[in-house]
Amino acid sequence: MSTPPNAPAAPAAPAPPGTPAAAAALALGDDALVLSHRLGEWAGHAPVLEEEVALANIALDLLGQARLLLSLAGDEDELAFLREERAFRNTQLVEQPNGDFARTMARQLYFSVYQELVYDRLAAGGGLFAPIAAKAVKEVAYHRDHAEQWTLRLGDGTEESHRRMAAGLTELWRFTGELFQPMEGLGLDAAAMAELESEWSERITAVLRRATLPLPEGPRHSGWTAGAGRQGLHTEPFGRMLAEMQHLHRSHPGASW
Amino acid sequence: MTPTALEERLRELAGSVPDPELPMLTLAELGVVRGLRLLGPGRVEVELTPTYTGCPAVGTMAADIERILREDGIPEVTVRTVLSPPWTTDAISPEGRRKLQESGIAPPRPGGAAAAGGPVPVELSLRCPNCGSTDTTLLSRFSSTACKALRRCDACREPFDHFKEL
Repeated sequence: MSTPPNAPAAPAAPAPPGTPAAAAALALGDDALVLSHRLGEWAGHAPVLEEEVALANIALDLLGQARLLLSLAGDEDELAFLREERAFRNTQLVEQPNGDFARTMARQLYFSVYQELVYDRLAAGGGLFAPIAAKAVKEVAYHRDHAEQWTLRLGDGTEESHRRMAAGLTELWRFTGELFQPMEGLGLDAAAMAELESEWSERITAVLRRATLPLPEGPRHSGWTAGAGRQGLHTEPFGRMLAEMQHLHRSHPGASW
Repeated sequence: MTPTALEERLRELAGSVPDPELPMLTLAELGVVRGLRLLGPGRVEVELTPTYTGCPAVGTMAADIERILREDGIPEVTVRTVLSPPWTTDAISPEGRRKLQESGIAPPRPGGAAAAGGPVPVELSLRCPNCGSTDTTLLSRFSSTACKALRRCDACREPFDHFKEL
């Protein structure tokens, strides 16, 4: 993601470091960056060519969002390639390994429904994030639709596809509560996040019902659930992912095309 | 502020640059050149809006605009990206739509994504750019670039790209 000469600068003035706005930019930017990288791992491995292209396109949209958001928090390349694992503020959901295609679609469904709701609110709010969110929310609508269609197709498909889709949804269920932690810098307090969460639940429930899939059981908050990614605590597979993502930049500092 | 005659002319020049990924369209026809201002003698600022957030062509567009204006005698060209209001497929000119159609790409329907029923397009209203049949099937929501979907015509059996409503 090195910047080509004379590439346009980020459209907005960056948020001062250490402020809640900068922290929020980092959180949203890291979600987009990490999920983009995970989806990119499908290149050369997707079940059909159309999906290869689709996942790469979704990854590209997310990378574009990540560049704008991270530029609000600092230097995009430094933030992406030179931070240690504990400095990343993405949720644990987006760092989870791809697994099979159904599991990737489960992750995509959970995340894109959440992301569309958040961007929709940010776009309407008129703050620092509004221009980016207003642009990105239209792209995310396509990502969400893509994930929904696959959830329907796999859930209401064969016995095997149903089993795999249900398994992916269940395995990732405990990572979904973290998405709704209040974030001061976004202007979304606990009440706003609770409202967003109930809307998310409604939408997920409706899609799964149409897909003849059971709503996963088990807790999404506290106890044995996940949820410290925003505080810099990540799951084991994330370290390996970062090593791969950062290795080229760290091995050849300052290299360019 | 009303643009001067020189600004008008330079904006037209900047708009005449072909899109790097859809070279049958100019940037003006695509609707991505938002404005051009003369900041001083030999100093120009161009406002460019990306079609998609992650559009990898933005860097090339900026470089091409800079080159064509330099060749016209403007030594200092700044290309600034603007996001608001977000670009929509409604910004593509009628001429641009005609050229897309001619090149085998079904143009976006007017009204943006909302009018097309969100990301799920109304199937019937989309014509095959090769034979004109409305009997077409969506193969994939994402195609050769982020802005296109892949469809197949069930009448002539040709696959084709559709510029998605955004």
